[in-house]
Amino acid sequence: MITTVLTVDDSRAMRDMLRHSLLAAGFRVLQAEDGLHGLEVLETERPDVIVTDINMPRMDGFGFIEAVRRDETRRSMPVLVLTTEVDIEKKNRARAAGATGWIVKPFDPIKLVEAIRRVAA
Amino acid sequence: MDPMAAIRETFFQECEEQLAELEAGLILMESGTAEAETVNAVFRAVHSIKGGAGIFALDALVRFAHVFETALDQVRSGTLAAGPAVLNLLLRAADVLADLVRAARENGTVDEARTAALVVEFIQISNLGHEPPPAPKPKATPKVPVWNIAFTPTPALYAKANETALLLRELRRLGPVQVALDVTGLPELSELDPEGAYLTWNITLEADCPEQAVRNVFEFVEDDCVLEISAAAAEPVLKPGDVITGDNGFSFEFFPPSMPEDEEVVAAEPEHHEAPQIAAQKSNPVEAMAAKAESAAAVSATIRVDLDRVDRLIDLVGELVINEAMLSQRVLEAGIARASGVAMALEELEHLTREIQDSVMAIRAQPVRSVFQRMPRLVREVAAQTGKQVRLLTEGEGTEVDKTVIERIADPLTHMIRNAIDHGLESPEKRHAAGKPAEGVVRLTALHRSGRIVLEVADDGAGINRERVKQKAVENGLVAPDATLTDDEIDNLIFLPGFSTASTVSDISGRGVGMDVVRQSVAALGGRISIASRPGHGSTFTLSLPLTLAVLDGMVVSAHGHTLIIPLGAIVETLKPKAADVFPLDGEINVIRLRGGYVPMVDVAASLGYCEEFVEPDQSVALLVEGEGGVRAVLLVDAIHGQRQVVIKSLEANYRAVPGIAAATVMGDGRVALILDVDAVVKTARNESTRGEPGRSELSLAEAR
Repeated sequence: MITTVLTVDDSRAMRDMLRHSLLAAGFRVLQAEDGLHGLEVLETERPDVIVTDINMPRMDGFGFIEAVRRDETRRSMPVLVLTTEVDIEKKNRARAAGATGWIVKPFDPIKLVEAIRRVAA
Repeated sequence: MDPMAAIRETFFQECEEQLAELEAGLILMESGTAEAETVNAVFRAVHSIKGGAGIFALDALVRFAHVFETALDQVRSGTLAAGPAVLNLLLRAADVLADLVRAARENGTVDEARTAALVVEFIQISNLGHEPPPAPKPKATPKVPVWNIAFTPTPALYAKANETALLLRELRRLGPVQVALDVTGLPELSELDPEGAYLTWNITLEADCPEQAVRNVFEFVEDDCVLEISAAAAEPVLKPGDVITGDNGFSFEFFPPSMPEDEEVVAAEPEHHEAPQIAAQKSNPVEAMAAKAESAAAVSATIRVDLDRVDRLIDLVGELVINEAMLSQRVLEAGIARASGVAMALEELEHLTREIQDSVMAIRAQPVRSVFQRMPRLVREVAAQTGKQVRLLTEGEGTEVDKTVIERIADPLTHMIRNAIDHGLESPEKRHAAGKPAEGVVRLTALHRSGRIVLEVADDGAGINRERVKQKAVENGLVAPDATLTDDEIDNLIFLPGFSTASTVSDISGRGVGMDVVRQSVAALGGRISIASRPGHGSTFTLSLPLTLAVLDGMVVSAHGHTLIIPLGAIVETLKPKAADVFPLDGEINVIRLRGGYVPMVDVAASLGYCEEFVEPDQSVALLVEGEGGVRAVLLVDAIHGQRQVVIKSLEANYRAVPGIAAATVMGDGRVALILDVDAVVKTARNESTRGEPGRSELSLAEAR
């Protein structure tokens, strides 16, 4: 069973980078540009893991995670936050919103893959 | 391309976009019309650059972006007021950030002292901005007592059909729990009693409740288990989740499981738990950033497409247009009646084709905003260099023009604005003496006018000092000392190459540096540039360019059996010459009298070498054309066949450059027709007509080179 990962990030460079790393690890990769777009993707797709940025236009990572969790069927979908934010408040906020984990950019592709594998279960 | 290099390129492209957004946002903030979303967008721009720079280990960029972002975050959260001084700093920081991006892209260097000085300013300003140095924010969450529970059921518990999972679920009602299963008591399989009990659950419960409440959960099983409950407030509340750390500041923290429905932040974070991330950051004075959910701004659905694909589409549509024209021609030749079904359907097709062409061209059309946005920075820099006070006003940023044109107007525009400030505007003292406000105004305007885009750069400076300009031109041998020149002609002298050099310009309160270069690059785009000046009131440069470089409105003419296209924009009028108005000059050139003036005549067929003989002027049709700088000539052709839009095909790319020919196109009958380079033809004519006539300064004036 191939693990599908949805990446949500407004930076194309970051999305490309994630895609590159995750494809190399054998994952199937879905991409979204921001939270709203991410939710659109989730209407038709059911990824095994979501990796989301925090600072994005239209709908930020917090709003996105909350919206993901609002749906009963997505309560257990692992959501990792990938961000440059190091603010504890924000981290707690992400956690309160229902994030599964918090990864600080710049990311180490190998470790990221490892983290995804851990939560994908 | 190597995938990493491609991603890097994407990153830099995005940086350009972010920088433009950043600057536009800061300018909005400066003008006081910014909304909350503007500040967010500005923050995000810097934040994104920082994030991407991190991937590529562009440390200098990351460091500066971090300081910058921190200040923006303070502005966003309201702890730092965005007054004029702060905005000025932010704008300068945007410039430095742009420099750092460029340096990173080109492996170049930056002014490190300037960068460092800005960092210092940021530190000062952020300390002023909010008084209490943000001591590690007190754990905002109240201290929650923690209970350690060890729960070891006896076989009796299972025998009573109790379900440990239900008990754990019950506990969860009190607060977040973390459960670890201790299996050390589990025997070998051979010794395992299927009805035995070997497991212990170690539970950490975070709940502000009396011990009794915890005990109550186990009320029904209390006799069938070993239960140890102890308070553990000092202990790490939750067993820290996994923390994986790696090189270059990587950190992954697997949050301890918590219930999604928990509204509150679950617990005070144990200090050591944060260590990896705190170490990874330099300092983050802003703690209290209540990042409000960003208001979903109005969204327009957009997609990114490679320009290559669009260009390919434009090419194909060009072919379609040609094909359609060929088909029409065939149908016409076949003698099919205009009212027939075929002809009508064909007409429909023609409309459709034209519409497709317009729509496709519109894909590549972009507002000039991206270029305009670069100008405020330029203005600030030049103003600082020259010690002048300048306000830049822009109008018509939304005016659209083909992307290929946009890319090529930035340089001329930069030159024009630099000139307007450097040579157009006076120093604050001089302005004051002249009764003008100390701050000069440079107005940049874009608009559409008769199928072209017109860009104007106007200043309210002193205008051109015609005395000095003419004197300079005479000194440089560009005009005869006794020549009588109109004001307009004097003003346009500044476009002549060799008119002035940087060293001479500084004494002239006129303009001049590099304006010939500007004119050349504009001419290469099929554009024109002119100047209007009012002494004491300022000057206005007007740049007019075709909207696209892909299609052209042209007049189809024939000369000695060859079909040629003359760009419609160059044609002033058509006339039927009378033999009596034509006068031979001593060269091989004739001039024609036109409303009291004389204009050189060019036999197009002869000038392109189609024939040796000249046609009789009264046997032909004449087109009065105007080249760059308003230089005129009359072109003689055999006949005019009509007007049509043609798809420009590069001659250089497909064959080689031909003097007098700008490009080629394919006509409806499938034959190639050449597009006349009006400027070149006019210039040649002018040169020949003035040969041996040094006294004719009006004509020599027109010599562009």
